Amino acid sequence: MIEIILMLSLGFLALSMMATIFRLVIGPTTPDRVQALDLLGINLISAVAIFSVLLNTHAFMEVILLIGILSFIGTIAFARFMERGVVIERKRLK
Amino acid sequence: MRALWKGVLSLNANVSSEMVAAILILTGTIFSFLSAIGIIRLPDVYTRSHAASKSSTLGVLFTLFGAFLFFLFADNFFSIRLLLGIFFVFLTAPISAHVICRAAYRSSVEMSSTSVRDDLKGALRKEQEDA
Repeated sequence: MIEIILMLSLGFLALSMMATIFRLVIGPTTPDRVQALDLLGINLISAVAIFSVLLNTHAFMEVILLIGILSFIGTIAFARFMERGVVIERKRLK
Repeated sequence: MRALWKGVLSLNANVSSEMVAAILILTGTIFSFLSAIGIIRLPDVYTRSHAASKSSTLGVLFTLFGAFLFFLFADNFFSIRLLLGIFFVFLTAPISAHVICRAAYRSSVEMSSTSVRDDLKGALRKEQEDA
């Protein structure tokens, strides 16, 4: 019964990731695509959590933290690039 | 639904508490699915930001908390890493939504034609005149 519920939730998650990938492909502007990438990372976190429950293992917990941190840093870098044209700013004193 | 709950309560205590965790996980993924519908249907990037940040954060919180409860009940394992993941997602999701919306507005992405007011436009123009 529990496995059926977990499989059902993985199905919902796959549907929502497909919808997000659709927005990632058709998104008219760059911020749409970055937003879809961010949402994809968040959905991936919950997919890893469901897989670790389904396989009954503790091995994937670090993966959750890593995906969270990498997705956040990627979003911040993309937003910085969209706003100013560079990722890392150099301020020089004249 | 009532039959489902009766079936849940008639099982022994361990299996029924695992069932609570599984139902939490299912609720979380349903929230993620609703946020994906919002991502598809809403008109522009500013309204889509609501779906992408709020409801999907709630969904991933439900899912991670369900996994936490599952490991707590199933093999008495208090997973501090899952709690840290919950805390981190709860901390970073609003920041990334804010940063994306700010970058979208500053790189002059159009609002949808159904929007009625834009307070930031006047404030930005005033800031540029002052500078």
